[in-house]
Amino acid sequence: MTIDEIQKGYRDKRFSVREIVTEYLERIRKLDGTIGAFLTVCDDSALQKAAELDEKRSRGEETGPLAGIPVAVKDNICTRGIRTTCASRVLEDFIPPYDATVVKKLKEADAILIGKANLDEFAMGSSTETSAFQTTRNPWDITKVPGGSSGGSAAAVAAGFAPLAIGSDTGGSIRQPSAFCGVVGLKPTYGSVSRYGLVAFASSLDQIGPIAGNVKDCALAFQVLRGQDPNDSTSMQPDAAGMPSFPSCLPDQGIRGWKIGLPRECFRHGLHPEIEESVRECGRLFEKMGATIREISLPVWDMGMNVYYILSSAEASSNLARYDGIRYGIRAKDYNNLEEMIVHTRSEGFGWETKRRILLGTCVLSSGYEKGYYKRAMRLRDKIRAAFRKAFQEYDLLLLPTTPTLPFDIGKQHSDPLEMYLADIHTVSMSIAGVPALSLPCGFSRSGLPIGVQLAANHFEENKLFSAASLLEREFGPSGRNTPPDMPPVGKIVDNILTRGGKQY
Amino acid sequence: MKQKMKGSHAADGNHLFETVIGLEIHAELNTKSKIFCSCSTRFGSRPNENTCPVCMGLPGTLPVLNEEAVRLAARAGIALHCSVNRVSRFDRKNYFYPDLPKAYQITQYDLPLCESGYLDIETGQDRPNGKRRIHRIGISRIHLEEDAGKLIHPEGEPVTLLDYNRAGVPLIEIVTEPDMRSPEEAAAFLKALKSILEYTEVSDCRMEQGSLRCDVNLSVREMGKTDFGTKVEIKNLNSFREIQRALAAEAERQREQYCSGGPDSILPETRRWDNGRGRTVSMRTKEGNQDYRYFPDPDLPPVFLDRSLLCLIRNGIPELPEQKKERFLREYGLNPYEAGLLTGEKALADYYEEVVGFGVDSREAAHWILDELPRIRKDAENGEIPVKSHYLADLIQKIGEGRISRNTGKDVLMEMAVTRKTPGEIIREKGLSQISGPAELQKIIRDVLSRNADAVQDYKKGSAKAIGFLMGQVMKASRGKANPNLARSLLEELLS
Ligand SMILES: [Zn+2]
Repeated sequence: MTIDEIQKGYRDKRFSVREIVTEYLERIRKLDGTIGAFLTVCDDSALQKAAELDEKRSRGEETGPLAGIPVAVKDNICTRGIRTTCASRVLEDFIPPYDATVVKKLKEADAILIGKANLDEFAMGSSTETSAFQTTRNPWDITKVPGGSSGGSAAAVAAGFAPLAIGSDTGGSIRQPSAFCGVVGLKPTYGSVSRYGLVAFASSLDQIGPIAGNVKDCALAFQVLRGQDPNDSTSMQPDAAGMPSFPSCLPDQGIRGWKIGLPRECFRHGLHPEIEESVRECGRLFEKMGATIREISLPVWDMGMNVYYILSSAEASSNLARYDGIRYGIRAKDYNNLEEMIVHTRSEGFGWETKRRILLGTCVLSSGYEKGYYKRAMRLRDKIRAAFRKAFQEYDLLLLPTTPTLPFDIGKQHSDPLEMYLADIHTVSMSIAGVPALSLPCGFSRSGLPIGVQLAANHFEENKLFSAASLLEREFGPSGRNTPPDMPPVGKIVDNILTRGGKQY
Repeated sequence: MKQKMKGSHAADGNHLFETVIGLEIHAELNTKSKIFCSCSTRFGSRPNENTCPVCMGLPGTLPVLNEEAVRLAARAGIALHCSVNRVSRFDRKNYFYPDLPKAYQITQYDLPLCESGYLDIETGQDRPNGKRRIHRIGISRIHLEEDAGKLIHPEGEPVTLLDYNRAGVPLIEIVTEPDMRSPEEAAAFLKALKSILEYTEVSDCRMEQGSLRCDVNLSVREMGKTDFGTKVEIKNLNSFREIQRALAAEAERQREQYCSGGPDSILPETRRWDNGRGRTVSMRTKEGNQDYRYFPDPDLPPVFLDRSLLCLIRNGIPELPEQKKERFLREYGLNPYEAGLLTGEKALADYYEEVVGFGVDSREAAHWILDELPRIRKDAENGEIPVKSHYLADLIQKIGEGRISRNTGKDVLMEMAVTRKTPGEIIREKGLSQISGPAELQKIIRDVLSRNADAVQDYKKGSAKAIGFLMGQVMKASRGKANPNLARSLLEELLS
């Protein structure tokens, strides 16, 4: 179901918030045993909030833009009073005493937190398999991974456990699982959404964004999430002129006359032919709508992966150093002195992928300050940014694949970490440049797996992404209506409510 | 040449060696809240009372810079003749220690807020007739950083407790050039610096509460050499006296080491001052230099100081010690020694001006504040001045009017410090008023004269000593309450 459909139902008094929430919880209870999207399901607090909203509505009070919409939040985003684990043993019992700014905003918009979604440990991975607690399965084919690191969030939307989910993207962690799960995911401009309360992986790259069943819901959620936050000094307020209000910018604002660039570097070796065909098909569709498509060259593209791994692992090694067992989280039981306590806690608490990145990052930073890898990578980042700035002087959008491959088999990546790192190859450059990028479904492979296409725009031009994406969506049909083959259709939720009661509100 | 001159001045008298000293001073800034969160910086709260998710480094929290800290640090920089960088940046210094909640300290590494300043110091000014010399001590940088928490080891219990009240309190670190050549110079520099930080209200500089801390780098070299010797860091110095003693002891240790084992036998290490044993003790060697893995903190954007803000900060700097001293010389007719002592401490200078403001003679006020006040002040808490300025003014006036004697005045001052009563109350309660009525005094004097006929005879024979003796007898008989001037003239009158 879309946000519009649910809210229309509320307005028409076809069902109550409590009924909707109950149905979603029921669906999670029945099906999440197979999918494994959630680490925590917030039954009680969700039902309580639903009852409050029904109260509010019955008194005729105004409600927020996401009133009564169940939302799944990635478990590296702090929720007051609700366990926030980052899918790591080290934070297994961590209950934050505060809400992340985005969670506060969701609550103020009257959304309903339905559960905390699984992820790769500390968001490090592209398959959600590095989670210390469970494997999440792709709802389209449960032998496949949902992508990562926001795999739980994307799978929750695809499986119809929530119409909306919140993820975080450091090098592709929203876009890649959105492509794998056939949903719409936005990595916003760096600084447009507050990071306060997002457990840091790589601070200069991390960005929170929405994952939804269709473009309009994604835009609506972004509208709620974005904005400068006094608690995050890196958050920014774009010029008022550059930010039209989203839902209104969507319909019928054509892309006639737009110039869209197709980065040649993405269409080389390693790209799955069916994905290449789908992306090129999108280009042809845009051309039909009156846009100009040009192949362009971005030579900085190839630096992306190296710069990404240097910056992200260096920052991660520092950000994750605080998990020493002293103030919160787990503490090793066996130690003789302080140093042993810290070493044992970290050895027992972190998984292999996290350790690998901490080690890599420590080496990066030990190479020195002035001439070391980190500063060199920062200089290359400036080059990449400049190249994007130049490209966007000429082009309105970039059109490119989200992933080089289709969703892969569960368990396959363990044998080859390099393959996992390549999963981000088409997404990292936008993270490094700090520009917004969106992935949306553009059909299915012959094997029946979703294919994602990625659009990128200049800083703070999310509106362009939404305009073009909603036009493309009309051609492919919103993914939210396509339920994975083995799952009951999401529309059933309303049917269930109506057949059981049929009571009018 | 210049250094040779400095070296020959070495106080320890060992003319073969020169001591080279550089300081790293940490001063807590006088802000109400911490540097990256809104917690209070109050000293003396219950453990962990002044903490929040940000300064505890909880997952997901982010630092937000307290601009007041930047303003205060820039103010210190301007007062110390530094150039203030228009753009500076924060970096992370990574190391594991339980008092460091994030396992990194946010500090400034390659782009500090202030650079290349100096402070002129005078040595010898703490003695009235000392030979005064002026040295310029270079300041290489001043940067902003956050303080760490505190480890508490309860006695006899196998646990360590942590108090994070201090974690995130804003600090400036002031790093000097290795420009000092004796412990006396180092102490003089620190005193002058403390005074400037107090004047500018950058820091309250309470060494006993740790809001001013000093680490020292010290090396020795043979006189005439220009290369620096191996430097040793000395930590944990908590008072001026300790600093002087520790530096003298460490210089002595290094000279002995140098003589017995050669220059290479001095190890680059960190030592701490053991006050009880009166010597420095090795804490750790610096071999395999600790790798702090500095990198720019991605959570904090660069700090920009525009011209107009710098201008505002510059204009907000009050009169500094040097300027105040000049003014005191001009306005109050003091000598440089008195003016130097009074302006060396802002609280004392302010107190002096208050007392003078009540109409007291400026030289008299200086005498009482410099000669009498220190005696009662050394027992006071936190070095506070235990007598209100208008009470002291009142006391000085009463002495001037002859209501009590100078000596009685000293006793009244003591009494005021203890009881906090006004001088009038004390004089009345203790019956300390001088006998200034001529009739009453004449009676006492006649009495004394009749009992000391021998002395009267001596006086008449021309003995100068005799009048002194008779005055003493008069004071004794009046139990010290006789107005000495009046008594003397009456005595002379009656004897003639
Ligand atoms: Zn705090």
